[in-house]
Amino acid sequence: MPKTVLKEVKNTPKAQQTAAALTGNSAVAMALKQADPDVVSAYPITPQTTIVEELAAYAARDHLKGKFVNVESEHSAMSSAIGAAAAGARSVTATSSQGLALMWEMLYIAAGLRLPIIMPMANRALSAPINIHGDHSDAMGARDTGWIQLFSEDAQEAYDNTLMSFRVAEHKDVKLPCIVNLDGFIISHAIARLDIMSDDDAGAFIGESSPTYGMLTDDHVETVGAFDGLGGFYFEFKRQQDEALQKAKEVLLDVSNEFAALTGRSYGLFEEYMLEDAETAIVVMSSAGGTTRVAVDKLRAEGKKVGMLKLRMFRPFPADEIAAAIGHCKAVAILDRSHGLAGTGGPMGDEVKAAMYHLDDRPECLNYVYGLGGRDVTVENIESVYSDLDSLDSATNSNTGFRYLNIRD
Amino acid sequence: MAKLKDLTHKEDTLGSGHRLCPGCGASIIVNQLGRMSEAPMVVGCATGCLEVATTIYPYTAWNVPFIHSAFENSAATVSGMEAAYEALKSKGKIPADDKRNFVAFGGDGGTYDIGFQSLSGAMERGHNMTYVCYDNGAYMNTGMQRSSATPYGAATSTTPIGTHATAGKEEYRKDLTAVMAAHNIPYVAQASLSNWKDLMRKAEKAFTTPGPAFLNILSPCPRGWRTEPGDSIELSRLAVSTCYWPIFEVDNGEWKVNHRPKNKVPVTEFLKPQGRFKHLFAKGNEKVLAHVQEKIDHDWDQLLWKADFSKDRTAE
Ligand SMILES: Cc1ncc(C[n+]2csc(CCOP(=O)(O)OP(=O)(O)O)c2C)c(N)n1
Repeated sequence: MPKTVLKEVKNTPKAQQTAAALTGNSAVAMALKQADPDVVSAYPITPQTTIVEELAAYAARDHLKGKFVNVESEHSAMSSAIGAAAAGARSVTATSSQGLALMWEMLYIAAGLRLPIIMPMANRALSAPINIHGDHSDAMGARDTGWIQLFSEDAQEAYDNTLMSFRVAEHKDVKLPCIVNLDGFIISHAIARLDIMSDDDAGAFIGESSPTYGMLTDDHVETVGAFDGLGGFYFEFKRQQDEALQKAKEVLLDVSNEFAALTGRSYGLFEEYMLEDAETAIVVMSSAGGTTRVAVDKLRAEGKKVGMLKLRMFRPFPADEIAAAIGHCKAVAILDRSHGLAGTGGPMGDEVKAAMYHLDDRPECLNYVYGLGGRDVTVENIESVYSDLDSLDSATNSNTGFRYLNIRD
Repeated sequence: MAKLKDLTHKEDTLGSGHRLCPGCGASIIVNQLGRMSEAPMVVGCATGCLEVATTIYPYTAWNVPFIHSAFENSAATVSGMEAAYEALKSKGKIPADDKRNFVAFGGDGGTYDIGFQSLSGAMERGHNMTYVCYDNGAYMNTGMQRSSATPYGAATSTTPIGTHATAGKEEYRKDLTAVMAAHNIPYVAQASLSNWKDLMRKAEKAFTTPGPAFLNILSPCPRGWRTEPGDSIELSRLAVSTCYWPIFEVDNGEWKVNHRPKNKVPVTEFLKPQGRFKHLFAKGNEKVLAHVQEKIDHDWDQLLWKADFSKDRTAE
């Protein structure tokens, strides 16, 4: 429930909206409740916990009509979510970090069985050392599981992404699960002002779910999760799965357009901020996008041609679109809030660089690993990246390797 | 209970064409239980022989809705389906008078070992479902590796006969049925294919009891036990008459032993026909055999004690 309701928003386009001050987790719990899920299967972990608690409170007060399954682990949370979705329910869960790691086996199965489960994730570092704060190591460990992944800059976007995720995941051409990422603590626990839709309008926007299978009907009998060995169709299944994942891009854009008309808030696959004439640009996700925007404004005021690409849809990866948006820059820095631990830097760095490989006149690239274990990233840190880009010498830059941002010596 | 004649007319849950071995207990268990399910069944199954041999894409032997998701989570998966069913019912999307039996199957590996937490959680949460373990005493699907249900002394591919005096598995089986009884769920039973009527009554009881029920059923495995396919039911009978596999139930906390052999048959009668125990009959292993018998006697006495305690208490 909203802790404080501020005021009615003026000029509401179509949906009834109310301004509220909520933590990111409360906003996400609100969106999940508004989606009227049939089954919530969840297990607590910091910083996701309050999402689960608030859903439990909604259920206890009958604001949530579905079943709340208090599982004994995240492996069972995802297994129960899979069972529920396969049985035809709208099925949701939420997690962070170690919880996601424990689910890992089941993530592939949820996607492979084409079950549109929705899972907000309050991003948190992975152990060891144990650390409860925000970074993207958890999400990156699931990057090739076949889930759609959206990232959110603030509580508003986390709320909006959660609402929209149902439409994308459940779309008949997609039928895939979706993780909605929000930075642990920075977004999950900070109270922010945001606009929330009325339950009715949110419900109408999301609509009814259409199950992938019909396991609780008597007219046909289905076997789900069959064994598909040598000589089988595993390869073809995977191809179809990837095609469905690719579709999610187009569907997200359609759904986002519809959402913009309703709420006045528009989102794409990514945000292009001051990119058109930018000479240097930063590619970043989540809350650091806000910090980067402030730095861009500051440097633009000084006459510097800087810009930002803030990625919203990380899976499927909009590689061609990214190349088209930043390919004209002289130099680009890719900021990774996780360590690839592959010796080559962060996973985003690898992917963005690969996305531009086909360009004749590629931008020089720098890859930064920042913010691990919740380490702050400041406007000054971001400015230092732009200044690194400025002084980058294309004769000596190798485009390989990576740097750390704001690390102690 | 319905008449045998009527039951034989019921469609098999598992149709022909599946690729389980001749003499495998699992398919018999599924079809016997299916006969006792008056409401339509919805089945989940752990990775293992039963799942692998019955759902070879694009074919399926299941005549009821079936899901397999992974190895260690058949209980959690089915618990989610049951929750979905309850939710859709309460929202009016499924008629209020609709009835369905949610049944999760797992081998002993998927139940005693890797799936134990998932099972414990689902039972504790009180889902209206029946969990059925077909206990063949090892990980058979992957080639007969030991599980915590493997009997003491048995040779498996991970407890092979080496040069030690006591070859084979050196640990006792886990008494999972008792562990499940300790969950204080409404119904827990151990059954054997040899005692058909008892098995069928237990299946019916499990399906009709509101809330969670757990059935542990001995499932002979000719490949893993190194026995003749035609001997499976006879071996089941010996398992009961030697008290290696006592048949009992815990009905709302009351322990009942369903068959008390008048003359307990020596356990060697059960062990001897099985290749996995062959080494125990070699010279020098007499002590091991004596030890196996002692342990069985001890466990049997303890079970009788529990049942008698229940009886005394209810009599008071
Ligand atoms: C997480 C995981 N670990 C291991 C396996 C490999 N595996 C598949 S089936 C199986 C053994 C199954 O044994 P059991 O549950 O006793 O059933 P049975 O094969 O005897 O019917 C194993 C180890 C797996 N599929 N998943």
